[in-house]
Formats: sequence, structure tokens, C-alpha cells
Amino acid sequence: MIDWSAFSWRFLRVWERNLVVYRKIWKVNFITPLLEPLFYILAFGLGFSGMIGEVRYGGTSLPYTTFMAPALIATAVMWNAFFETTYGSFVRMYYQKTFDGMLATPLSLEEIILAEIVWSATKAMGATTIMLMVLGTLGFVQFPSGLLLIPTALLGGLAFGAVGMFFTGITPTIDMFNLPIFLFVTPMFLFSGTFFPVSNLPGWAQPLALAFPLYHLTELARWLSLGANETPPAISYAYLLLFFLVFAILGLKTMRKRLIK
Amino acid sequence: MPDVIEVQNLNKHFDGKPAVKDISFSVAKGEFFGLLGPNGAGKTTTIRMLYGFTPPTGGTLRLFGLDIRKNWRHLKSRIGVCHQENTLDPDLTVEQNLHIFARYFSISKKVASERSGDLLEFFALTHKKSAKVMELSGGMARRLILARALINTPELLILDEPTTGLDPQSRHQVWEKLIALKNNGLTVLITTHYMEEASRLCDRLVIMDHGRILVEGPPAELIPRHAGRHVIELEGPDQALRDYVIKHNIEHDDLGRRMILYVREGEELNDTIRERFCSDTCIFRNSSLEDVFLRLTGRELRE
Repeated sequence: MIDWSAFSWRFLRVWERNLVVYRKIWKVNFITPLLEPLFYILAFGLGFSGMIGEVRYGGTSLPYTTFMAPALIATAVMWNAFFETTYGSFVRMYYQKTFDGMLATPLSLEEIILAEIVWSATKAMGATTIMLMVLGTLGFVQFPSGLLLIPTALLGGLAFGAVGMFFTGITPTIDMFNLPIFLFVTPMFLFSGTFFPVSNLPGWAQPLALAFPLYHLTELARWLSLGANETPPAISYAYLLLFFLVFAILGLKTMRKRLIK
Repeated sequence: MPDVIEVQNLNKHFDGKPAVKDISFSVAKGEFFGLLGPNGAGKTTTIRMLYGFTPPTGGTLRLFGLDIRKNWRHLKSRIGVCHQENTLDPDLTVEQNLHIFARYFSISKKVASERSGDLLEFFALTHKKSAKVMELSGGMARRLILARALINTPELLILDEPTTGLDPQSRHQVWEKLIALKNNGLTVLITTHYMEEASRLCDRLVIMDHGRILVEGPPAELIPRHAGRHVIELEGPDQALRDYVIKHNIEHDDLGRRMILYVREGEELNDTIRERFCSDTCIFRNSSLEDVFLRLTGRELRE
């Protein structure tokens, strides 16, 4: 059962706290999303695409760098949100005792956890905005449809932030985040139609890739920046929303079990 | 007017194992109330139930006449909590710690900045307001935690071992501030391992052990009731002393190589004992709360 009285707009105060901390080192926080797409585009565009040529995707043929560029945004959303609610939240919860302090105020644990997830999505959205500027300038994103990637990144961030929070709820020590990263996030990073189309995977593996939230976010990123897609966008949006809701509930449950004794 | 804290038959089990067993006490407005006990006695669990962090397994827990389980959000806005561990936000400066914490209570930015200015002044931290929390000494960090616990002008302040690990100077400074707060009419609940602290600050206290309350009362009443007026500590007691103590029915603890006698008011045995049995080392002193504590909770190590 969900106790709805534990939720209020007060969760925004915790979100605000994270924003204050983020702004302290905003320059550092901005460098990664600014440089990361440049590195990838340089590496793949200059070094790699000559060997590959065109990629068949969504009924058209795309230069490899064009095919891959939107996926950079999708993967950045995943890494940003997932790292924030795993390592970031774990440090605040366990080492800094920040949540203990907050729980002595009118905040509920549910609000703190929700705020952490929403914050992780906000951070992912911020990174997306910067990457859009870079990739847009380089001509890899169509506008204005590309701007819709910003709210889409928020939804994607919520999904990855929620699943990260679920892992924080069940992971005993911080070193053990290696497990979900190598068994869940890295395979997703490689096999979600990010660097090659899912149709290149063996037949049995294709439905598995379709279950990855990153597949759907990558689909949406390509649809919004190139106008090409293979899965109907409504399905991808619905899947991300469902994924967020399921793992937000699981995250809240596991964190409550972990913290409230 | 209802008591600030009203606890009746409060229980807490962890996975079926009892940590707090059927405790009852109440704290009136303006009282400075102590919760003493060895490690594992159930003090912190009790405190966590009081500020709505740990849900009780059974019993009644009311603050200002309201049930904490139903009115937790409202009640948490009326209390201040000073945790045992340092729960300051290391990502923020001293001043930001107060500002951001005030926002959790939905205190407006203007009021928050006025109050934090006053609190930093009161706790002698104004010169450190832009410092990082990590740069503070133990005493300063503790004062900042206290300041933070007062940001919502609470009607009840809950302190979990507020002076553990502080040097004597810092400890005395914290005491001074706590006494000033008490004189302003604030209700305070404190846990501590320092008996001197409890004697000095508390109007009334309970001693807990194994999840139960053993005794309750003002320190000045508990001491004569459980540890007499004077204490005589004798090294290497012999059989003659043991016989004498039993014959005269003197309250005592026989620790083998050392014997502690608790002499009541009016018992003029000091001189006799000094003359007859003080061949070796003998210590004469007034009874203290520490004697009460050790007599009631035993001398074995707990952890």
C-alpha cells in the first residue's frame, strides 16, 4: 500500500538542496556533457565511419555518425541519472547522513527519495540541453523537434533514476554497485541499438534489447533529432513511463525497508 | 495543558527482539529531562521513536497531546533534533546548512537568514559562516548542529549525546548555551553518558537498562536514595571489614580487591572506618550520580 500522506510538494526542498550543491561546481558539471559528444563524434566520425559507411535504420540509410549521435544523448541521460541515484544517493544516505538530518524535519522518507529521483532526471535533462547545443551546432539534430528531447530526457532520467534508487535500496555496500553496472547498465549501453541497429543482433536477442529502457530512449532521440524510428514513439514513451513507475515504487519500498527500522 | 512528552507502555521490537520494553514517562513544559543508560539500553531507539523516525511496536507516544503516528509532520515541525552523529551537510557551507535546513521546514528565505544570523551569533560561529563544514573543529560542528536544531524555533529540543567527544572547554560552552536555552523556557530531552552533565543540567531523569526504566527522579533525590550521602572506597578489604559492614548493615559493593561503602546521612561511621580499616588507600567523597548509575546498571562492560 502507498501512503499518499507521505507525499507533498515539500520534496522540492530536497531537490533545491541538490541544485544548490550542483551550482557550486557547475563549471565542472558542464564540462562532461560539453566535451563527451565531441570526443565520440571525433572518434567515431573521423576514425570509425570510414570503415562502416552507411547504416540501414528505420527504412533509410544513414551515415554512421548521424546514426550514432542521438544515441549519445540517450546514453548520457542513462549514465547521469543512474550514477546520481546510485553513487550520489548512497553517499548522501550512508556516508554523509544527509537523509538522517532531513528526517528530523517535516520531510518524509518518500519525499526525500522522490526528490533524489527527480533530481537525477533534472541533472540528465541539464546534460541533454548542453549536448543538444553541441550536436545541434554540428548539424546532427533537427530543430525544432530536437527541443522535445529536453522533456523526453526528463522522462528517461526518471526511469533510470528510479531503477538506480532501487539498486541503492538493495545494495549493501557502495563497491557492490559494480554488479548492476556491469550486468545491467553496460550491456544496455552496448546492445540498445545505440552503436548498431538492434536488427543486427541475433533473432533471440532482439526482444531482450527491446526490454531495455535505453532502447526506447534511443529510439525517441533518433525520432526527434532525425525523424527516423523503428518502434512507434507512443510505445517508447509508454514503456519509459511504466518503467519509471514500477521502479519508483520498488525504490521507495526498498529504501523504506533499508532506512526505517 | 498537556505534557510536552507523554510516553505510556512504549515498546519497540526489532525482528521480534525487544529493544524498548514497556517504558512510561512524561516531560512537562520547560523541563530539562535526562535519559541515561549504558550502551544498548534503548535510549537512542526511544529518541528515534520520539521524533517520528522509528515507528513504535506498541504503546502510546504523544507530543503536545498529539499522537506522533498520526500527526508526525505537524509534530516534527515543532521539535528540534540534535543527532548523536554529525549529520551536517558536508556539501554546504556553515551558513547554507542553516538556510537549506530552514527550507525543509518551509521557513521563508528572509526569516531563515535572520534566524541563522542570530543563531550563528549565539553559538559564536559568525566568523565561520562561509567555512566548509569539514573545516570545523568538533566543538564548532556540535554547536552548528545545535544551531541547526533550533532553526525552526522548536518547543521541544531532543539532544542525543550532545557533548560526546568534546574537549572540556567546548563541553562547558555547550552546557552554558543549553542552560541559557532552558532559562528561556525551552523543554529539553537529553541522553548522555556523562553523569556530571546530567546532574548539572537535568531537572529530572530516568536511568534505563535493557530497554526498561530502572529509576526516575531529580538527581538530587536519586543520589541519596541509591548511593547514600558519602562514599568510602577501600583498597584491599579484609575479613574484619567485611564482617563490620555486614554487622552494621552498611550499603556496599564488594568488588573483591576494592570495596565501596555508601554511607547514609546521619551514619557517623566515617571516623570508625577511617581509624580501624584505612591502613591502605582510602577515598572519602560525596556520593554522585555515577554511583547511582553503576549501582543500578552494574559494572560489567556492555559491548
